[in-house]
Amino acid sequence: MTKPNLNQVPMNKQEPNVRRYNPYEVALGYTYEQAIEEATRCIQCKKPGCIDGCPVAIDIPGFIKALAEGDVPGAAQVIWYTNSLPAICGRVCPQETQCEEACNLAKKGAPIAIGRLERFVADWVRENPDESGIFKVKLAKPTGKKTAVIGSGPAGLTCAADLAKLGHRVTIFEALHLPGGVCAYGIPEFRLPKGIVRADVNYLTSVLGVELKLNHAVGKLITVDELLCSGYDVVFLGIGAGAPIFLNIPGEDSKGVYSANEFLVRLNLMKSYLFPVFDTPVKVGRRVAVIGAGNVAMDAARWALRVGADEVYIVYRRTEAEMPARLEEKENAKEEGVIFKQLTLPTRVISDEHGWVKAMECLGMELGEPDESGRRRPVPVEGSEFIMEVDTVIPAIGTQPNPLVPRNTPGLETTGWGTIKADENGRTTKLKVWAGGDIVSGAATVISAMGAGRRAATAIDSWLRDFS
Amino acid sequence: MNRIVAKRELAPKIKLIEVENAGIAAKSRPGQFVILHIGEKGERVPLTIAGANPAKGTIKLVFNEVGKSTQQLGTFDAGEEILGVAGPLGNPTVMENFGTVVCFGGGVMIGPLVYEVDAFRKVGNKVITVIGARMKELLICEEELRALSDEFYVCTDDGSEGHQGLDFLKEVFERGKVDRVLVMSVSTATLQAVSEITRPYGVKTIVSLTPLMLDGTGMCGCCRVSIGGQTKFACVDGPEFDGHEVDWELLESRKRMYSSEERISALSYKVFGKEFALLKETA
Repeated sequence: MTKPNLNQVPMNKQEPNVRRYNPYEVALGYTYEQAIEEATRCIQCKKPGCIDGCPVAIDIPGFIKALAEGDVPGAAQVIWYTNSLPAICGRVCPQETQCEEACNLAKKGAPIAIGRLERFVADWVRENPDESGIFKVKLAKPTGKKTAVIGSGPAGLTCAADLAKLGHRVTIFEALHLPGGVCAYGIPEFRLPKGIVRADVNYLTSVLGVELKLNHAVGKLITVDELLCSGYDVVFLGIGAGAPIFLNIPGEDSKGVYSANEFLVRLNLMKSYLFPVFDTPVKVGRRVAVIGAGNVAMDAARWALRVGADEVYIVYRRTEAEMPARLEEKENAKEEGVIFKQLTLPTRVISDEHGWVKAMECLGMELGEPDESGRRRPVPVEGSEFIMEVDTVIPAIGTQPNPLVPRNTPGLETTGWGTIKADENGRTTKLKVWAGGDIVSGAATVISAMGAGRRAATAIDSWLRDFS
Repeated sequence: MNRIVAKRELAPKIKLIEVENAGIAAKSRPGQFVILHIGEKGERVPLTIAGANPAKGTIKLVFNEVGKSTQQLGTFDAGEEILGVAGPLGNPTVMENFGTVVCFGGGVMIGPLVYEVDAFRKVGNKVITVIGARMKELLICEEELRALSDEFYVCTDDGSEGHQGLDFLKEVFERGKVDRVLVMSVSTATLQAVSEITRPYGVKTIVSLTPLMLDGTGMCGCCRVSIGGQTKFACVDGPEFDGHEVDWELLESRKRMYSSEERISALSYKVFGKEFALLKETA
């Protein structure tokens, strides 16, 4: 047996000084040759760890084998068997803590670039729809059951796709005017082009026969109980954790303070980077402070650069080592010129006489003893108050569940955090209602929401066959 | 869905449209709003619902052509369809038999006031309606409201019809006991002025706020207002709040956040008109 190649084929990216001025995708993807070369590195282990590392359990060695043999349609068949949204997952999954972490090659060198290969196959399918055969699926015999999926984010889309493949009739209800949930309003164009989200949703509606109702705010226009009374056999709630969390510091209502959600909704959903061709504006100052250091914070910071800010800071109360964002996103942000201001806690937003942000008062921090999360707790340094001159402040310290549906659904129990109580298969305390994704787990990842959508679909399917 | 079945000009630049949407018509209550998405490149435009006909499956909307989006909406003719209408959003007005209710409507918000007056009457209240506008020509729904109300007053800023200014309102409160006041206006100054007039009388005064909004479902916090020192989202916690608790300065300041962009938008619409809509999406 030949010695395995321990070096990944690198993927082309837009140069930092180019991409920080445009909204286009940063990572350019593998070429066919690069993909084949990377796929051939896979040693096809007898006990692959990667499948267990994948929340939707894609047969990873299976698709890579097909790809290494040049059989891209074959690889696509394997992926689509368990994942209806691979173009999205290939781009935004944290592979380094999932499949790629579990790759046996990672013990000695670089793991197989599973995400990049998945992305390559998915993009190839989108460009070669006829050759791929993906769009000629045979659906199961119609069961005559009607299901309602609330929310068209990763959990809802996955649950809908699975239910449709199993022969159930599926209607998705989306409150906004575009489908995709966080993939549409949250993740930036430069990480996940919206054309890809459209194509993946299109697969559900045109191939799997899923009905999509936009501008339908469940909880307002129609309640869960009304859906159950009007002929839907079950309801799946994939409504996400869409409500913003503010810092709760004085001055936060000043003009120039955006929740990360608002900033990203303006740019991603409303395309305000194209104002005035698109009607919704966004105002970004010269010096921008993004508070928090997760992926959403990186997204907001990198958008701020792209829409004209001169200096963009990530303001974080711990140090770079504790930042929750993916390594890749941190590196991308740094390369583009985002400045990491660590051990800093904002305590007050200061505005000018017209109500616009002009500065932020901060406290210096140091790391103390580890807290319950295992990370060292940041504690304020006495007398370390200082002023940061900024004109835009974007708190990106997480999101919480939107209470619109739970509040209007009697019998649906929630936790103290506002998340919906559900078992591991998504079954809630209310008969015929399942839930999954961020509304159950609290803010997490696209792929974990998809995993929850899948488990719920399986549970719903067996319940429908047994009890209704 | 969302077809405009009727359209009428109520006053210069103030238009009423009746839009087909059976779902919203069935659920709509006075005080709630819808969000219109009038084109693929368009804004999400919040408008207070001015009436609903569940049997016919239509809702009424009244708007003033002030910015780009409302001007564009004004070009839609009966028979045309609006791309998206989401709603009914926000909380309905608390509708009980309070006794005597004063309903005040200013400018374009006199439209939605009709919906409120009708509902307050139906649950048994004595309704005193007051409508106001800058001048006589901008008063709308006058006859309809006169017929619906127990007492009816008109005021204008310039005195061209009815009372001049708001001072006469004091007489209404002096004359007899008022149990509740509802104030609807897009003008922060008007909402504030009426709330200040009612304050000495200790009458619960509900104001319908119209801050800038984006999604209208509690997702972004763009519409945050300060009520009694607490931050609230007008879209999900409101849009109606206690007028004696509102931080008016903040509300007005945040409403003006994009005034320069609004001018750019209106100007480019005026210069380029529909050509803008034809530009290909570049990303």
